[in-house]
Amino acid sequence: MTVPARVAELVRDFKANGRIVIVGASLAGLRAAEALREEGFSGPLTIIGDEPHEPYDRPPLSKQVLKGWVPADHTELPRLRELDAQWRLGVAATGLDRTAKQVLLADGERVPYDRLLIATGTRARQWPNPTEAALAGVYTLRSRDDAARLRQALAAGPSRVLVIGGGFIGCEVASVCRELDIPVTLVERGSAPLVGALGGVIGEIAAQMQRDHGVDLRCEVGVLSLEGDASGHVRRARLSDGTTVEADVVLASLGSIRNVEWLEGSGLAAGFWGVGCDAGGRAFDINGVVTDSVYVAGDVARAPHVLYEYQFLAMEHWDNAVLGAQVAAHNMVSLEPDYRPHLLLPGFWSGQFGVNIKSVGVPPFGDEIVFTQGSAKQRRFAAAYGRRGRIVAAVTFNNGKWLEYYGRMIEQSAAFPPPLPGWDRPDDMKPIAADFPEPGVPTATSDVVLTGHDPNQRTAEFRPRGR
Amino acid sequence: MVQETPWQQALRNANRANPYPFYEEMRKTPVSRQPDGTYVVSTYRELVELLHDPRVSSDTRKRPGAIPGVDPFEATIITEDPSEHDVDRRRIMRHFGPPERPDMITDMEPEIRLIFTELLDGMKSKTRVDVVDEFAFPGPVTVICKVLGVPLESIPLFHDWIETALDGLDLGPEASDPEQQRRLAAVSARVAEMRQFLADLFDQYRKQPGPGMLSGMGNDDGPEGRLPGGSLVSNAMLMLFAGHETTVNLIAHSVLSLLRHPDQLEKLRRRPELIVPGIEELLRFESSVQFWHTRSALEDIEIAGTTIPAGSTIFVCYGSANRDPLRFAHPDKLDLERPDNQHVGFSQGIHYCFGAPLARLEVQIAVSEFFRRVQNPRLVEDPPPYRHNQIFRGPRHVLVDIDGIRD
Amino acid sequence: MRIVVDLNRCQGYAQCVFLAHEVFRLSGEETLTYDPNPDDARRLQVERAAAACPVQAILIDRLEGAQPRSVTS
Repeated sequence: MTVPARVAELVRDFKANGRIVIVGASLAGLRAAEALREEGFSGPLTIIGDEPHEPYDRPPLSKQVLKGWVPADHTELPRLRELDAQWRLGVAATGLDRTAKQVLLADGERVPYDRLLIATGTRARQWPNPTEAALAGVYTLRSRDDAARLRQALAAGPSRVLVIGGGFIGCEVASVCRELDIPVTLVERGSAPLVGALGGVIGEIAAQMQRDHGVDLRCEVGVLSLEGDASGHVRRARLSDGTTVEADVVLASLGSIRNVEWLEGSGLAAGFWGVGCDAGGRAFDINGVVTDSVYVAGDVARAPHVLYEYQFLAMEHWDNAVLGAQVAAHNMVSLEPDYRPHLLLPGFWSGQFGVNIKSVGVPPFGDEIVFTQGSAKQRRFAAAYGRRGRIVAAVTFNNGKWLEYYGRMIEQSAAFPPPLPGWDRPDDMKPIAADFPEPGVPTATSDVVLTGHDPNQRTAEFRPRGR
Repeated sequence: MVQETPWQQALRNANRANPYPFYEEMRKTPVSRQPDGTYVVSTYRELVELLHDPRVSSDTRKRPGAIPGVDPFEATIITEDPSEHDVDRRRIMRHFGPPERPDMITDMEPEIRLIFTELLDGMKSKTRVDVVDEFAFPGPVTVICKVLGVPLESIPLFHDWIETALDGLDLGPEASDPEQQRRLAAVSARVAEMRQFLADLFDQYRKQPGPGMLSGMGNDDGPEGRLPGGSLVSNAMLMLFAGHETTVNLIAHSVLSLLRHPDQLEKLRRRPELIVPGIEELLRFESSVQFWHTRSALEDIEIAGTTIPAGSTIFVCYGSANRDPLRFAHPDKLDLERPDNQHVGFSQGIHYCFGAPLARLEVQIAVSEFFRRVQNPRLVEDPPPYRHNQIFRGPRHVLVDIDGIRD
Repeated sequence: MRIVVDLNRCQGYAQCVFLAHEVFRLSGEETLTYDPNPDDARRLQVERAAAACPVQAILIDRLEGAQPRSVTS
């Protein structure tokens, strides 16, 4: 038998008899499972998820669910094909033994694998003071159960909602509150809402939008403490500017924490930044060496991106979960030279205050911004982000039909500022500083975190826990 | 004589029934410069790209040397750019669809069904019918009159005006023929008559509001105000015209295409629900708007190895893009179940067909009912005679022999 | 039934809102919201909406009534 024939035989055999385990039963886990079957993998497939629910879609939670239109349990994701998988729902993975090739479950069971996909995603960062976080009326919003609880609290007609953190979730919740005619205060430590994701120039527009809709917006202010009443229900917050806010519902929207604790001791490059992997989804071990049997997809994955100077990006976006899962699934049942890269041009959207905010590329990678179409005042516009003379991202407010034009320019590393549009030109088309917070300034709002994390420079002594 | 380009050949009257071999030739150069300096875009990817390019204008008035007042579509939502376009489209959409009126079209379903049912009932004693004159035309024209609030009695009147206008427009090598020049000369008077007719109608509705979009548009005081008078009439003319001509052609072509593809027709008979994806495929297969002619480059645009210089007219050829094998596998095959059918039969971008939801509903009902009720339909002549117009391409008649009409 | 809309693809053409306004809604001019698990009685409307989407952003459950059961050991 020739070597290529033997390799082909190996792939065929793996597709028929290999054992694949997916840890994480959300969007990435589900789409990966479907893609594996689509790729012709017919061996045993196990999907492990810590929540008792079938895979559901998260974006509706902070919008139609909170508004009360759609119940939280009406968010289950469609199945695009038959899976024939074994589902282990409601039981968390607690450890990974790469030597024995087993996933350890909370109930003590060990699930053997030949190939493993890590898609454990992130969870909401809790209010840091545990006693205050335990007060009734203090919420976070990430899971379906979180959304059901917060919805119930909003339906009860609170006197005021306090949103801590002006990221996308915080802003969307503030928007829903106003739609429901609930008074709301939003406190953001940075200079404006959305500043981490879209910079200060766009943040200022978002801020004005909030004020126009009656949000009591307080920027460059922190929440020092939450206070409850005798029955243990939150009543007020003390802010760093010395003021207090009376509120009976508090949402801590402080960003996310990647679910990597279960990988401690596994010898993978896993830490607060996520799980390092190559652009094909193959996980790095702690020394930065790529593994052959462990793959990563979704919010928890962190891979180098060719368009962004090969920096390692974690993209907590819906499309990253879908495409990353499909690429990882393909590569799990392939060998060189059939590997595929995950070359996503990231994009996201947010609906708030009647405005559709869409973005393509990685805005925080840019340091300049230029308005290219429409009117910021009317909140119908397109703007492009640049860095070192090339376009790296774009954002639109109620101008989504034009976004793909900018996406193509970003893919082609086109010059910044981009060429002038033929019409609907903004009053001022001079590039200005995009005004992102300095790295290290905690805003807890950024969906895309850029770091220069280089696995080769990490040593084997690294300990992710306790940071 | 100089060899004609594939585009010029595609525009010739004799090739109206089958322009596709010329399109295939055209796609070898995705963006091709014509002898008159016009650029024609024939491939899917490039076409979609230009539809989303803010350096492209749809406004004929912005072309170098443009003479205002000539194009009947001037100052309508189809020839405006943002932000005027966006404002005007919202002003009109308020009377047609979401966000303000999301249920208007679906609420019309029973009425539309009844219109087509009655047309089929009228064929009961016949052994030969003309699908265009007896079905594809009277259905949509009745529907658009009801949608807009145009009296049904005026149908013969504006039908004649529209036919004259359609026959007068020729963008191909035969435009300079004396007969075509004579047709062209008749257009402006007809357009003027139609404008007057609609202006009078708006006057009536201002005095006495009635049902339909025109009354709503003429009397509306929405958040962005009312369309100015001239623009009101131009847009009304556009809707009255585009609101049925394209649907007529789509129904006629759908019947024709399905009769030409008995395997697909058989599939549709067995699984009537296939009409839903089927209509999308029929739109791809024989696009009612073959191309659009009002776009131009406002800056130099580099695309597919060509630079379209600022000021150039750009024709986007939907009919060709919808048959692009780089986007659609086996594009010349009619497949009612075609997966990933992201056709451009209604265009894309901000000028996406305003009336698409109405057209879809009408054609789904019309084509389903036709093949459910008409017994053993057989094409009498293939290809059928085509109308002169190149943009709004469709058969003039589709004669079909039938054995009867089921109840 | 279960659906999901790829809102990165969605460009706000609102064709789905025209055809199934109980399932799809516009919030403002361009923001699409929808019921991810609409009643099965709406299947025809939703199929129409999905077929009509100019950017084919609507995905529909292809496994009617064949949802997986949770298995815990």
